[in-house]
Amino acid sequence: MTLGALPYILALVLMLIGLYVVVAKKNIIKIILGVCILEYAVNLFLLLLGYRHGGAAPIRTAEQADTSAFAAGAVDPIPQALILTSIVIGLGCLALMVSLAVRLHEKFGTFDMTRIRELKG
Amino acid sequence: MDPFMLLLLALLAFMIIGSLIAAETEDLLSSVVCVGAIGAGLAIIDLFLGAPDLAITQVVVEILCVAILIRVVLNRKDETHRTHKDTFAVGSVLLFLGVLLVLGGWAMTTLHPFGEPLLAGDQPGVAQQYLTNGLQDTGAANYVMAVLLDYRAYDTLGEATVIFVSIIGAYVILRQRGKLRHDTGNESDS
Repeated sequence: MTLGALPYILALVLMLIGLYVVVAKKNIIKIILGVCILEYAVNLFLLLLGYRHGGAAPIRTAEQADTSAFAAGAVDPIPQALILTSIVIGLGCLALMVSLAVRLHEKFGTFDMTRIRELKG
Repeated sequence: MDPFMLLLLALLAFMIIGSLIAAETEDLLSSVVCVGAIGAGLAIIDLFLGAPDLAITQVVVEILCVAILIRVVLNRKDETHRTHKDTFAVGSVLLFLGVLLVLGGWAMTTLHPFGEPLLAGDQPGVAQQYLTNGLQDTGAANYVMAVLLDYRAYDTLGEATVIFVSIIGAYVILRQRGKLRHDTGNESDS
């Protein structure tokens, strides 16, 4: 199966775009957005790793009484639990980064990192 | 190619195009909206990959993120795009990202292929055990919540701590009262 790694590679491309924004852009808000894109890409990659073809959500209903049949057809629940943690932590980090950017804009009147570096004090 | 795979690849391409627009557009507000679109695409992918809990959380967090960012970007003037671009720096960054893409892409081909996770292999590991014993062990019908709140409850405690600390940090940075007291303190010193 030649397409086996294609979704992983697309997630990698998304991650590299986020990394490019973080490294190459001069605007603080753009850098925060780049961190957001990086987070999405990593979450997506972990989720793709846990999927199986035709897999059902790992939620049991009353009709699925056979445990072994359910366990053979559900997707991996562990990456999902960890991504759930990571999404919410991402929101907290975003709030912290945004508050720092707001303070910088208050002090220097710009989001441009090169100009912030020039203005001392 | 089956339609599921085609849809997944289309959504991934949508996310990549959205992130490229977010990276290169000059207007910050458009950039923020593009990141919101990427998050919405990720929520749809979550739904298709059998993760409804993730889709719900992603949508809620995405709306909060976009609301915070729009609140920050609106009414704040910014002329960053008028500064001249450093072509050598951007070129070298793109070169090294290209090298990373080639090496990383090669590494991805050595992983187990998409749709056949470790869970379904010879050594299923702990995930298969959770799926088999989860209902008896925890009494939860939702196995994601069983892992989150029972098997790995200490992780969740750590997560709550991190969120609490980051919210306190944002509050300390943004508060006005402490800054005013600091200013008056300086005046009384001098």
